Amino acid sequence: MSTIKPKHQRLVLVVIALVALVGAGLLAAFALKSQASYFYLPSDIVAKPPEADRAVRLGGMVEKGSIAHSPDGITVQFIVADGKARVPVRFTGITPELFVEGSGVVAEGHLQAGTFMADNLLAKHDEKYVPREMRDMTKAQAKAVIAETK
Amino acid sequence: MIAEIGLAMLWMAAALALLQLFAGALALRPGGTALIPVVRPLAMMQGLLVAAAFASLITLFLTTDLSVKLVAENSHSLKPFIFKLAGTWGNHEGSMLMWVTIMGLGGGFVALVERRLREDTLIATLAGQAFVSLGFYAFLLLASNPFARLPEPAPEGQGLNPLLQDVGLAFHPPTLYVGYVGLSIAFSFAIGALVTRDVGPAFARAMRPWVLGAWIFLTLGITAGSYWAYYTLGWGGWWFWDPVENASLMPWLAATALLHSASVLAARNALRAWTVMLGVVAFSMSMIGTFLVRSGILTSVHAFAVDPTRGSFILSLLAIYIGGALALFALRASTVTEGARFAPVSREAALVFNNVMLCGILGIVLVGTLYPLLTEAFGQKVSVGPPYFNPVAAIFVLPMIVVMFVGPLLRWREDKAARVTAPVAIPAVVAAFVLFVLVLAEPQMKLLPTLGLGAAAGLAVASVIPLFGRNLRRTPLPTYGMVVAHFGIAVALAGIASDSAFSTEKLAAVNVGDSQQVGPWTIALTGIEPIAGQNWTALQANLSASYAGGAPVALQPQARSFSSPPGQRTESALKTRWNGQLYTVLGEEAEDGRWQLRLWWKPFVPLIWLGGALVALGGALSLLGRVIRDVTRLRAESKIAWRRERQGR
Amino acid sequence: MSEPEAKKRPGLAVWLPLALFAGFFVLVMFGLFRPANREVSSAMIGKPLPAFDLRPATTDKPGLAVAKFQDGKPKLLNIFASWCIPCAVESPQLAALAAQGVEIDGIAIRDRPADVARFLATNGNPFAAIGADDLSSVQLAIGSSGVPETFVIDGKGIIRYQHIGDIRAEDVSMILGKLKDAGS
Repeated sequence: MSTIKPKHQRLVLVVIALVALVGAGLLAAFALKSQASYFYLPSDIVAKPPEADRAVRLGGMVEKGSIAHSPDGITVQFIVADGKARVPVRFTGITPELFVEGSGVVAEGHLQAGTFMADNLLAKHDEKYVPREMRDMTKAQAKAVIAETK
Repeated sequence: MIAEIGLAMLWMAAALALLQLFAGALALRPGGTALIPVVRPLAMMQGLLVAAAFASLITLFLTTDLSVKLVAENSHSLKPFIFKLAGTWGNHEGSMLMWVTIMGLGGGFVALVERRLREDTLIATLAGQAFVSLGFYAFLLLASNPFARLPEPAPEGQGLNPLLQDVGLAFHPPTLYVGYVGLSIAFSFAIGALVTRDVGPAFARAMRPWVLGAWIFLTLGITAGSYWAYYTLGWGGWWFWDPVENASLMPWLAATALLHSASVLAARNALRAWTVMLGVVAFSMSMIGTFLVRSGILTSVHAFAVDPTRGSFILSLLAIYIGGALALFALRASTVTEGARFAPVSREAALVFNNVMLCGILGIVLVGTLYPLLTEAFGQKVSVGPPYFNPVAAIFVLPMIVVMFVGPLLRWREDKAARVTAPVAIPAVVAAFVLFVLVLAEPQMKLLPTLGLGAAAGLAVASVIPLFGRNLRRTPLPTYGMVVAHFGIAVALAGIASDSAFSTEKLAAVNVGDSQQVGPWTIALTGIEPIAGQNWTALQANLSASYAGGAPVALQPQARSFSSPPGQRTESALKTRWNGQLYTVLGEEAEDGRWQLRLWWKPFVPLIWLGGALVALGGALSLLGRVIRDVTRLRAESKIAWRRERQGR
Repeated sequence: MSEPEAKKRPGLAVWLPLALFAGFFVLVMFGLFRPANREVSSAMIGKPLPAFDLRPATTDKPGLAVAKFQDGKPKLLNIFASWCIPCAVESPQLAALAAQGVEIDGIAIRDRPADVARFLATNGNPFAAIGADDLSSVQLAIGSSGVPETFVIDGKGIIRYQHIGDIRAEDVSMILGKLKDAGS
């Protein structure tokens, strides 16, 4: 067994696998840096607004009395608050079931001229489920989210 | 009474697993040969007992025995039969019992039929299977007893999450589970082979049908789960890169890589350590996925109850099994001698490329799934979604598909690139032609869908080329299996790409009597009416849809309200044509009495699931072929043995 | 067999999967145990009860107003519902507490009088008064996330302890202790 090229075939295979692994890792790290969408509370958005076209998620409570429907019948505007700050949100689409005033909501979208343009509203399905992102809200708020979305 | 019998059988099964582990371990020691005949029957008995325990839990659910806590919390006497049945595994405890049941039955079945492997390797495999089962038995019996009674029977059950009250979903988790847990057998085979240092073609041939079986179920489970998400979530999407979905995709990727590397090992005795490694990784991905979902550590729309205690229990199991297996691998890998060699242009090399790409995708998905956890360690919350996964996965998928044009045509060991130039040129020309037409006709189309459609067209042609010039009657079934599975990938890819390229969406508030356009469809809202089902009531929109001015068809999307437990769900209505699917969702009533409608026209989207089904069918053909071959060989061998015996007399 | 140098390199590489898994393990341990400390202690402890005045939840017991908690005597406030199974499970413990002379007031969440009456008939009625909270508004205001929950309220109407989930038999003495602390 003294062919020149595949002398240490296993070594070559290991190197290929490692290169692929490292390559995948670097690629993932690079892509994650630019593509992961960060989670904001209303007070974060007010304190340090994200760049205009960056996709982020906004979580908080739908302020009581703030839901307003547009005449087109499919656009809804409301205010998401966390007790410290308030952010107006605009969403075109069918709102999730149990999307009601005073309940918790996570909106996916981007900030545009001070208004959060939501592409998607997330509601929970399981009564035992709390969005992980809600953890840093005050206790009472988080609890209210759980209770309200039951 | 049934609950107590079930619990007793579960304990006995756990005790048998313990015996199986010790008997197996002792049998492998010098002088332990007396124990060898004990191990197989133990594995079979254990499988039967745990299956009986699971059957008793099913009985409790079917009879709605409300004195059992699990039944009271997850079922309801008014539920339809099918959901009472599905309630058995639609919860944490029941699904874990199902998990050990499949493990036990799988181990028992291996003990019953496996005859190719060296006996000591088989014993080590069965001991490994018992070792893994034991952890899950402990988890069930100590931390999540499904048979626990309430001090007093509940007056009525709490029901099942309305989102889960769906026929498709009733059978989706068991399918996935058979897949996940089927991989535990590959894991045990890998452990067994490492213990006895018996990594060779016989090991690969023995393991392959089990991997193939698990892989078929995973493929079906993922396909069905994707279709379920598509039509129940009402968002028109079919894959959300949700942690639960990723949890099912990762074992599939590892199992797919394992299938291909096992075929190299079986045919050419190469890639030994790598195949063993994949055997360990595949089931590890099943366990990690289940853990991530169950512990509540990552949030997901499908999440089960968040419970840190259970989470730490499963995490300890992960540490023992995965950590142990990887350590064993590291210790033994250097004694697994290097396999046969091959040239850079050969079937093996193409399969290695496929393996590396699959593992690359696996890494990408794993990293993306875990990334939110990592950033949280540094105090930042993120979510990772399609903008990350889609392009990054495509970087690996597209080259892999190009290599799929060539791989099946290459010869083992060494081949000349010139020999396959002509047959590869055909799909390459097809792909280039499709790309060219698309770029001319739809210049505004995005890059990935365009490339996807081109690659799909090329692969569709390339996948059937291995059949050319062959005697179709004599072609073995596994070859047909490969052709069908690769063709299925092309079909699914075409569906995926055309969904993202050609879908049109319309969102509108509509008065009764008015109509809307979406794609070639005209859809009129003819009325809204309340209707009632067995445990739900609904508002139903009556839609009349006509394709390009043709005869109208009726669609009835609903917004359903469930009574036990209270909850709501949209029920989309679909109309499938040969060239696509119309998808309609009813929203809320707007303030002025109009109704929200969300409409999509999705050309060729059903190809996604058709492709998934074809991939599974390909797997089934291949499995069937191998089983037939094994049975014929066994028969021939026993005939020879019988003749010898007669001659001997 | 391969030469020593060829053997050495893969020798290190084979430990890589284990190292990666160890990294995963550490990460997950972190994620798993961090949420654990967010539980239990409630933000409402040490705060007075919010103002409320609830109509009776059933015909044979009076309704519940916050004034009742300011009579100088510590009490238990039990949040329950007839549709909740753990609430039925904890009823023997509530009965045991009532038998020891503890005054227990209840708030029924999103319930109908007939259902409450049936629930009490089946599981016993340890309550002095039961208010009906049809919109969970009081429940939210006192920081309760689900049913059942039990609050220890001192004689001035201050929340002293919050018990989340059903009261198990082993919790009874602890609750009695909390009541005693609240009374002193």
